[in-house]
Amino acid sequence: MTVMNFVYGFIILLAAFIFQTTITGFNRKVTARIQKRYGPRWYQQFLDIFKALRKSSITHGWIFDFGVIMALGGIMATVIFIPVAGFEAFPNMDNVYIISYLLAIGMLGMAMSAAGSGNPWASIGVSRALTNMLAYDIPLMIVIFTLIFAFDTASVSEIAAMQQGMGILGWNAIRMPLGGIVAFIALFGMLGKKPFDSFIAPAEIASGPMVEYGGKHLGFMFILHELMTFIEVSLILNLFFGGGSSILVYAIKYAILYTLVNIISQVMPRYKIDQAVKFFYRVPLVFAIIQGLVVIFLGWGVSVWF
Amino acid sequence: MVLENQDNRNLWEKIGDYFSANSIWMKWYCTGCGAIELPPTMTSRFDMERLGMGPMATPRQADVMLITGYLSTKTLRRVIYSYEQMQDPKYIVAFGSCTINGGVYYDSYATINQLDKYIPVDLYIAGCMPRPEAVMNAFADLISMIKKGQANGWRHYQENYEWYKKNQLDSLEEVIIHDEFHE
Ligand code: SF4
Repeated sequence: MTVMNFVYGFIILLAAFIFQTTITGFNRKVTARIQKRYGPRWYQQFLDIFKALRKSSITHGWIFDFGVIMALGGIMATVIFIPVAGFEAFPNMDNVYIISYLLAIGMLGMAMSAAGSGNPWASIGVSRALTNMLAYDIPLMIVIFTLIFAFDTASVSEIAAMQQGMGILGWNAIRMPLGGIVAFIALFGMLGKKPFDSFIAPAEIASGPMVEYGGKHLGFMFILHELMTFIEVSLILNLFFGGGSSILVYAIKYAILYTLVNIISQVMPRYKIDQAVKFFYRVPLVFAIIQGLVVIFLGWGVSVWF
Repeated sequence: MVLENQDNRNLWEKIGDYFSANSIWMKWYCTGCGAIELPPTMTSRFDMERLGMGPMATPRQADVMLITGYLSTKTLRRVIYSYEQMQDPKYIVAFGSCTINGGVYYDSYATINQLDKYIPVDLYIAGCMPRPEAVMNAFADLISMIKKGQANGWRHYQENYEWYKKNQLDSLEEVIIHDEFHE
């Protein structure tokens, strides 16, 4: 581990932020077009974030401030370990377990900070967010463990590399279609897109965890949200949709995947949180278990195209 | 209200005002008639997101508060609470003649007549009720005011806090809210 690793890590961090924020801005335009509006400028998301950072801010106590910093720190640390088209800041450390544990720091920091604001809407939002996490995580984890079992590695970049060279047929989402469906649905839950956005519902619980954030705190939360989106989409892209052989391919696939999720979510209603849990435990969980059994006992999809 | 036009912001404030002007999050206080003009302003017919504006859920997140019509003395307390929760820089846009001079409710015992005695209003939109075109026009004006550094109501409020507080107390007797959420 040299200084260069840290420089690369910083580059990934910066690139991830700029790239994802641009994509988000672009997707706000897509959303607007779906609703037959003209939509904001493509760099509106940057303006929003810098505007929020520019405003004054108020603290609701030590936990509130510390939670924001902890969440941002945890998420930034996670981004550094994400492999992008074979490029890794810290080689051989892009393990699924490392990423999921580091991601948990960020999530818990956010929950802590929101609960520290003392607002009841924030507590409701946090409890919904964690329930939602529990709902999508179990089917997704079963599918990811299936992948780890099938390919004998937990390294995200290696799993991504194994899918390349065969075009679309190499993707795990195609080789293991049920697992691919589960991952795609879980992505909606991870990103908090409709129909699984009950924890952020602006009209019902006043944007949930975000309710007491204003000014600079809110700006940090927006940055955090962009980075978290990058982690989640990257993870699914690498594990199930073949990553990318070059940065350009990766960026294009990433944009398509995220835009597709956004377009679908724009025409969805919203599940109540108990319905979301029921849905995840009824459909994706069953799919995930069937996929696991198929891979373990029949071996289909692991080497069928080799 | 803006008498002096000299611009004594430093570079950082100018950059900050550029961001503030192009990204305005709003919180609307819709006890008056005007709330119904906002859905068409937001949705596909007029689409205020073109200007970088969007609705926000709480006063803490918002930059501009829209007072959409008459205010009873009871709701004025809530408006003051919400306004003081917002983070600087913050702006207020008041809709309709009711906020300017009381409008059709000028002699009502329950409503206030002139909003900017209680909180600093940056921009008034005349009309009863202003149509979405007028609302959009006002937002464009607000943006250019912020860009030029003329939307200084929040600073005015800080500097003349005693005066505002005195007016508030004269009309309301107390600004403290007594209900199940505030005790
Ligand atoms: S100005 Fe007219 S439309 Fe507006 S609140 Fe007063 S009565 Fe209603």
